[in-house]
Amino acid sequence: MLTIVVIYPTLMALNESLYGPKGLDPKTGFISNTEPFVGLKNYTDIFTQAGDRFWNAFWNTTLFTVVTVLLETVIGVAMALIMHKAFRGRAVVRASILVPWAIPTAISGLLWRWIFNADGIANVLVGQQVLWTADGFAAKIAVIIADVWKTAPFIGLLVLAGLQVIPKEVYEAARIDGASALRQFWHITLPLVKPALLVAVLFRCLDALRMFDLPYILIGAQKNSVETLSMLAQNEASNVRFGPASAYAVLLFLYVFLIALAFVRLLGADLVGDGGVRSGRERRTGRRGAVALRRAEVTA
Amino acid sequence: MTLTATWRRRLPYVGVAAVVAYCLAPFYWMVVSSLRRNDDIFSTSLFPSPLSFDNYQAVFSPSQGFSRALLNSLIVAGITTALALLLATFTAYAMARLDFRFKRLILTLIIATSMFPVVSIVVPLLKLFTDIGWINTYQAMIVPSMSFALPLAVWNLTTFFRQMPDELEHAAMVDGCTRGQAFRRIIIPLAAPGIFTTAIITFIAAWNEFLIALSMTNKPGMQTATVAISKFSGATTYQTPFGSQMAAGVIVTIPLVIMVLLFQRRIVAGLTAGAAK
Repeated sequence: MLTIVVIYPTLMALNESLYGPKGLDPKTGFISNTEPFVGLKNYTDIFTQAGDRFWNAFWNTTLFTVVTVLLETVIGVAMALIMHKAFRGRAVVRASILVPWAIPTAISGLLWRWIFNADGIANVLVGQQVLWTADGFAAKIAVIIADVWKTAPFIGLLVLAGLQVIPKEVYEAARIDGASALRQFWHITLPLVKPALLVAVLFRCLDALRMFDLPYILIGAQKNSVETLSMLAQNEASNVRFGPASAYAVLLFLYVFLIALAFVRLLGADLVGDGGVRSGRERRTGRRGAVALRRAEVTA
Repeated sequence: MTLTATWRRRLPYVGVAAVVAYCLAPFYWMVVSSLRRNDDIFSTSLFPSPLSFDNYQAVFSPSQGFSRALLNSLIVAGITTALALLLATFTAYAMARLDFRFKRLILTLIIATSMFPVVSIVVPLLKLFTDIGWINTYQAMIVPSMSFALPLAVWNLTTFFRQMPDELEHAAMVDGCTRGQAFRRIIIPLAAPGIFTTAIITFIAAWNEFLIALSMTNKPGMQTATVAISKFSGATTYQTPFGSQMAAGVIVTIPLVIMVLLFQRRIVAGLTAGAAK
């Protein structure tokens, strides 16, 4: 089943990306039924005529990924620490933290569009007239804020799960040795949640790289300042330019793949960096953590 | 000294309040806005006054076709979840119990597929579905949705099956069950909570889907709720009907929020099962 729904279309995309749009048949003068084979032209085009739009989308995607993941991680870890400290009210926090996760991204796009409306609450709070949802730099910020809101609590939830398995004795020992709260955080908490955190960051990155719904609804289609690679490919495809659309989709796929590979290298290096003393059990835990986070991420 | 001590005790709760506010404030704003009259939709008071359900009436007016969109969402998400669960139960059981060649490779492939950018399968499928006349059909939305629902369900269930001791089936088989019977009579009932959790998570994912539904439909009657809301039009061309958009957003979100509140313990357990072990 997976072969049918994933692998076959991917190969089709690869194949499709080598064809150009239907042109006029020079013999008959009608629009030809077959698409001409253009080889790698759809790919080389990104360095020439069609390049501007592609590279704009490429940098937007990259910018969104780097900035949102960075902010989400910081806010998520902070949230996890707060929740870890609070003993009462945990149920309330847990329930509320799931709300942004459960709201469909499309709806949260609308919600933030309303908040960022010219007469909306965001401008009242800021005390200035910012045209958030018009095309421009503010639009980028709007997308970043909305995305961080939706996913940071979720990183918090996963980091919290990681925090809760750190044995209390470690901290007691540190306290006896006179380590300050900050040192405890830096030398105990962070290293111990690091494997889980790194995996969470990886999957957040991959998710951010394929961002579509949020900028599409919050700002709109074909807006320069927020167009991502997913939006560009979808837009080309809906305009029946399947060749370039597939080429962009394939390039996005390669991008995702490269980032994933880089992270696996990083994670691998991390495992080796511990001097190879990690037991099989620990490594297994790391992998299972990855699995759980992955699962979670797809739905986020 | 005592002052700092009190603060030390209180600070976590201040933090908790901050976290809750951070998570809920935008959602609260959506609910409040949906309950305002159209005339004071731009009001920035924290409570709607007077309370009005006009927006909800507008959403369900026949011209919007929103009930139809809700039904479409229910059908697509429901069938996707059911199919994914059915296939994933067998796959996951095989993954957790049986030993066969290339098992690791298959597991890696499954996890890798869930990282795929959806758009890279939507583009070729869109062309294929256009050719075979599947645009504006349920199957055109359900089949691509399987690409994220299935890996999700397989992973979830594999973890659950792995947690159940092998001895269960062995005992059943000693008592004369075949492997299939042991699976049906012992494993499935015991795994029911896991299957249920997986169903909720998969359903939420399928319900929230946007890109596939947007690409595969161009007839309003076939759009799912998320797509329909994004295309709500106002009475005049340049007016965005924020009131009814917010109301529709609340309607689409409420079932999920209720599910999350009812099953929060289970969902959190499902989402973090591996991470916490």
